[in-house]
Amino acid sequence: MRRFQPNEEGYYGLFGGAYIPEMLFPNVEELRLRYQAIVGDAEFQREFETLLRHYVGRPTPLYQATRLSEVHRATIYLKREDLCHTGAHKVNNTIGQILLAKRLGKSKIIAETGAGQHGVATATVCALMGLECTIYMGQLDMERQRPNVERMKILGATVVPATSGNMTLKDATNEAMRHWINHPTDTHYIIGSVVGPHPYPDMVARFQSVISQEIRAQLTEQQGNPFPDYVVACVGGGSNAAGAFYHFLDEPHVHLIGAEAAGHGVESGESAATTALGRPGVLHGSKTLLMQTPDGQVIEPYSISAGLDYPGIGPLHAHLFESGRGQFLNATDEEAMKAGIELARLEGIIPAIETAHALAVLHQLEFSPDDVVVVNLSGRGDKDLETYIRWGRY
Amino acid sequence: MNNRLSQLFKQKTKNVLSIFFTAGFPSVNDTGVIARALEKAGADLIEIGIPFSDPIADGPVIQQSSKQALDQGMNLKLLLEQVKQLRSEVTLPVVLMGYINPILQYGIGNFCRDARAAGVDGVILPDLPLRDYNEHATLFHANDLSVIMLVTPATSDERIRLIDQASSGFLYAVSASSTTGARAGFTAEQEDYFRRLAGLGLRNPVLVGFGISNAATFQSACRYGAGAIVGSAFVSMLRNSTNLESDIITFVKAIRSVS
Repeated sequence: MRRFQPNEEGYYGLFGGAYIPEMLFPNVEELRLRYQAIVGDAEFQREFETLLRHYVGRPTPLYQATRLSEVHRATIYLKREDLCHTGAHKVNNTIGQILLAKRLGKSKIIAETGAGQHGVATATVCALMGLECTIYMGQLDMERQRPNVERMKILGATVVPATSGNMTLKDATNEAMRHWINHPTDTHYIIGSVVGPHPYPDMVARFQSVISQEIRAQLTEQQGNPFPDYVVACVGGGSNAAGAFYHFLDEPHVHLIGAEAAGHGVESGESAATTALGRPGVLHGSKTLLMQTPDGQVIEPYSISAGLDYPGIGPLHAHLFESGRGQFLNATDEEAMKAGIELARLEGIIPAIETAHALAVLHQLEFSPDDVVVVNLSGRGDKDLETYIRWGRY
Repeated sequence: MNNRLSQLFKQKTKNVLSIFFTAGFPSVNDTGVIARALEKAGADLIEIGIPFSDPIADGPVIQQSSKQALDQGMNLKLLLEQVKQLRSEVTLPVVLMGYINPILQYGIGNFCRDARAAGVDGVILPDLPLRDYNEHATLFHANDLSVIMLVTPATSDERIRLIDQASSGFLYAVSASSTTGARAGFTAEQEDYFRRLAGLGLRNPVLVGFGISNAATFQSACRYGAGAIVGSAFVSMLRNSTNLESDIITFVKAIRSVS
């Protein structure tokens, strides 16, 4: 497993690295020097696995979706990350990082959040471990996602509105980084996706890699072969996709499909389809594909799903795209909403709208009848009820 | 070497006053007006910020000025034209400071060539890692551009030496582990850090930045290094200014006044 692992400086091919001001160097360097030893430690692994099993509820089921399979004329499995505690895969990473933070001797945790899922997952593990928790969230997102704001507060977190820029995820990330610059010694920053300066993309991918580890074991058990023909996952920053792809990266016969948010359409000017619209650039500490103006200013993305509403993608995904190892498709708001409702009607599962993008791109793929397809069902739709209701067409 | 920065530090090694402002703020065409006023007011060095949409190392004042400048249509190409124009009247060294992404999009080679042609003497690129800088070092050198890097109170002596070796012009000593912004004074810990820097026998002169807002902080910063940089306090003043030239002269005089 080398081709798709970062080198020592955190580069996946041309992408990655640590583009940070000197003020962040000590924190990021401490992580870079220590994370492999900490995460590789047997006691850490034991604690991580125990919490994933008894607290998060892992392994999550791999469910063969018969009626959805009929529609797509292939065997479709759903990896049920939506059944994780807190309702999405995000918690796999926050459990890992909170254990890491404790071993680094940090007493305070900060995080950014868009839709609020990562914020809730962070507030949850902070409550579990008794650490002080501050979540940065764009003021606009706070208004759009009130229930998640209240969930974080119930869990004891302080939610700070990010009022700079357009007041969404990108700005919340800026504010969290500024907070970290100003509080370098006692604070750990739990980044929620496979973005940020090295070693974050690798660290988060490893914590999420439990998803593909389980898929391999479950496919072996259910069909006698660990390899699907396709793994499909939605990509905002790309943490659930990184986790679902991870143990298949060096298996070229497994097609890796990322589903991005096209918003109102790739060419509409209101989109978050980074691989279609982005060029190499630097944001939040790493070099990656980035939606930007010709002058290098970052473009505010748009998607109906707040979790895909990010102008970049993790450097691993940029590398998968550039190298051709991964294929990136996109779905509009409308296609995603329809696919979400389709799953509800066929399988009795209301998916998160992020996840619905992965389901939508199934309609763009040509399967053979004997193909085995795993869709990473990254989150449940409870948080999106408002959006479904406003959509109305069900 | 015709670099105005090297000339400056040959002539002056104490009380060097560098002033930072955001290009295109308060109005797009104020860049030249401000630079001329600073020269008249007796500043030693001008740092012009290249606005960026996501300035993670900056506090609210500079963030807000960057956003306003961008909203008004400021960009790097325009800034280089403005520098070229102001060069007919301004002889002070000019340093451009900015995040790396707009420069990557412009092309580092193109940027170095055009910056030199415009009369820029140095660059400060806080989020360009040392590794990447070393890759491009010959481009900066060939265009006679000093590359000024940051050190902070948390930077180890060993790393300070490494950064000093790679830097030219001066070393930018960030006064605290913080984002940019004005503060009232320095703590004993900060003074220890300034003394530590002074004792390292670095090859570059040291200017202290972040938190320098008035005569008192300027003087204490100058006690240990070659001088200091004023940024947010100056940008705040610009925001409220009704007469840029006279307000800038008053501001610089106040910073320079001996209490």
